Amino acid sequence: MAELAAHAHPAGMAHQFEDIEQQRDAGRLGMWIFLATEILFFGGMFTSYTIYRELHLAAFETGSRLLEVQFGATNTAVLICSSLTMALAIRAAQTGRKKGTIIFWLILTMILGATFLGLKFRFEWYHDYVENIVPGLGFKNRAEWGPLAPQVQMFMCFYFFMTGLHALHMVVGIGMLTVLLIMTARNRFSAEYYAPLEISGLYWHFVDIVWIFLFPLLYLIGGRYAMGGH
Amino acid sequence: MSTAVADLHDAPAESRVNYLNASYGIRSWLLTTDHKRICLLYLAVITFNFFIGGTAAVLMRLNLIEPTGALVEPSTYNKLFSIHGIIMVFFFLVPSIPATLGNFLIPLMIGARDVAFPKLNLLSWYVFVVGSLFALVAVLSGGVDTGWTFYTPYSSTYSHGNVIAAALGVFIAGFSSILTGLNFIVTIHKMRAPGMTWFRLPLFIWAMYATSLIFVLGTPVIAITMFLLGLERIFHVGVFDPALGGDPLLFQHLFWFYSHPAVYIMILPGMGVVSELITAFSRKRIFGYSFVAFSSLAIAVISFIVWGHHMFVTGQSIYAGLVFSALSFLVAIPSAIKVFNWTATLYKGSISYEAPMLYALGFIGLFTMGGLTGLFLASLATDVHLNGTYFIVAHFHYIMVGGAVMAYLGGIHFWWPKISGRLYPDLWARFAALVVFVGFNLTFFPQFVLGYLGMPRRYAVYPSEFQVLNVMSSAGASILGVGYIIPLIYLIWSMRYGPPAGPNPWGAKGLEWITPSPPPTENFEEIPTVTEGAYNYPSSKAEHHG
Repeated sequence: MAELAAHAHPAGMAHQFEDIEQQRDAGRLGMWIFLATEILFFGGMFTSYTIYRELHLAAFETGSRLLEVQFGATNTAVLICSSLTMALAIRAAQTGRKKGTIIFWLILTMILGATFLGLKFRFEWYHDYVENIVPGLGFKNRAEWGPLAPQVQMFMCFYFFMTGLHALHMVVGIGMLTVLLIMTARNRFSAEYYAPLEISGLYWHFVDIVWIFLFPLLYLIGGRYAMGGH
Repeated sequence: MSTAVADLHDAPAESRVNYLNASYGIRSWLLTTDHKRICLLYLAVITFNFFIGGTAAVLMRLNLIEPTGALVEPSTYNKLFSIHGIIMVFFFLVPSIPATLGNFLIPLMIGARDVAFPKLNLLSWYVFVVGSLFALVAVLSGGVDTGWTFYTPYSSTYSHGNVIAAALGVFIAGFSSILTGLNFIVTIHKMRAPGMTWFRLPLFIWAMYATSLIFVLGTPVIAITMFLLGLERIFHVGVFDPALGGDPLLFQHLFWFYSHPAVYIMILPGMGVVSELITAFSRKRIFGYSFVAFSSLAIAVISFIVWGHHMFVTGQSIYAGLVFSALSFLVAIPSAIKVFNWTATLYKGSISYEAPMLYALGFIGLFTMGGLTGLFLASLATDVHLNGTYFIVAHFHYIMVGGAVMAYLGGIHFWWPKISGRLYPDLWARFAALVVFVGFNLTFFPQFVLGYLGMPRRYAVYPSEFQVLNVMSSAGASILGVGYIIPLIYLIWSMRYGPPAGPNPWGAKGLEWITPSPPPTENFEEIPTVTEGAYNYPSSKAEHHG
């Protein structure tokens, strides 16, 4: 975030750059590299999840059936829409639209992001808490799980770690959008200079893509609506 | 050297504005975005960490003077080696050359005014300091006894001590590495001066580029591993806990997926430094530039596919073991390319033996020994015998201390006149280099023998037949300690009392030597245009035409 602020001076570039082109390229490459680190960051969890799913298939499918697919599916739709509105905000800047247009799309993106988090926390997680399936916070084994109970708990651990980490990235993303909103309101962007919007957009789309992988992995495969009649 | 210095006496450093005297006061340092000042900030913190980790080592060696343990309880001994390992690996060696010399030199060597993201650079330092503080809290609040590897269930179900603080420290410091690596990659890609093509870059830059790749691709995995471990500890729910069907081996896989490449984070920058030192003090172009450059990248790539060689005796499948063994041998190829090319560079060079060169030559010998003994450990059968013994301890100290720390000291000595604008007493420096070399070998060579004879690592007591070799090792450690303290004294002394260095006291090639010492805040009065390859020393021209 500090860097975004530094690049914000419309006329004055940061002193270390020779021209605005160099500054924009550097910012863009920096974000791509950051996203590469994020892939590895989530990758450690995806790998662990995949290995344990293979080891404890039945328990993980039982755990998967505890999740509310309708919330996950709604949230998937909400996030895909938010990617669209983010792209439209960048497009608006690129084509030199009025700042009101950019602000409109940014606010819509933020609302969609907040909707995702609201659904996640208020309905899904709270529901899980009431059902006593949050590990560490009153997790109760159910009789029907039988000997699978410990591994079902393991599934729930992964569910909360992975969606929690994703939600944390959403919160950071909404923070970035807030900064962009202020910058837009202060006329920092033009058709020539909108690099912070573009770079933040990359991040926003990345966080969406992570969810696109999380949703089927946690909710769908082997879950309530999987083929094969569980 | 003395004649070169006399010729190049610049105006006294005080008379012109440079990055050190451009502004004063604690704020101007703590809020600086100048990569050169950030280098010094890192230097202060990692030197502090080094002496904490070193103190733990001294206490361990003192304890091992007697077979029954001369000093501490076994449980305290466990904490000492854990603290030593955690501090030295994560809080000294990993950031050592990249965060100090890398920060100082990358913009200077490629002809840039700063790194691509100066504020991010300062943020990296603060993140690192916070991580170090967590580690310090872990040390002071009862320590940890997991070993530096944090293996579960030592670190989870059966842990004593403050694992959460230590793991959080590693987690946080990891983000410092990631941000530094990101900054360096972007800087090297986008900030090069006109004419500074990829194959004109100094080899130190290639090495830092390879290191940065490991930073950005490896560190996130250790971060997520420490995150999972922390959650396991805080919420008492376990992803590595066998009671829940978790697999402690998975922890080891994730841990080594980072921590093996991390070994190359420690040695690659050292290799980069040595390439600079060898060429400067034999006044020759490097032998086989592109081979040395690409061998850095090859080491970075191979480093990601050999982690299983740490797990030969853990119950990993024998076929996985075979593959990891074969892949591990591959690392020897780019490493050997470097050693042979440095040696070939020395051939017919006009060699001089200033202090940095002594460290560089020491590096080549000690790294070669460390590397060759690594092959013993990459072989499945011999590893079964040597695993968990002092042979391994000796092997990786030859790489990390004999290699990485020697290169670090060599680099600090080589670029100190640039960093501080002052010369240090050359005779003392040469003397310290010899003391370090002698002390190092006396400390760690006996450990090869001890390990081969079967003395296990990580024990506070040992059978009495091993005492002679252990006493030798402890004696060596005290000499090594003296060897580290001498440079600390004369380098600090030189900052105030050393004679001015002038822009290029060694007569070396490279953009960092054309700007005054210490450099101005903006590095160059105007951005240079590069017209020649690296290490274009006069003698190599003659050789070319002749």
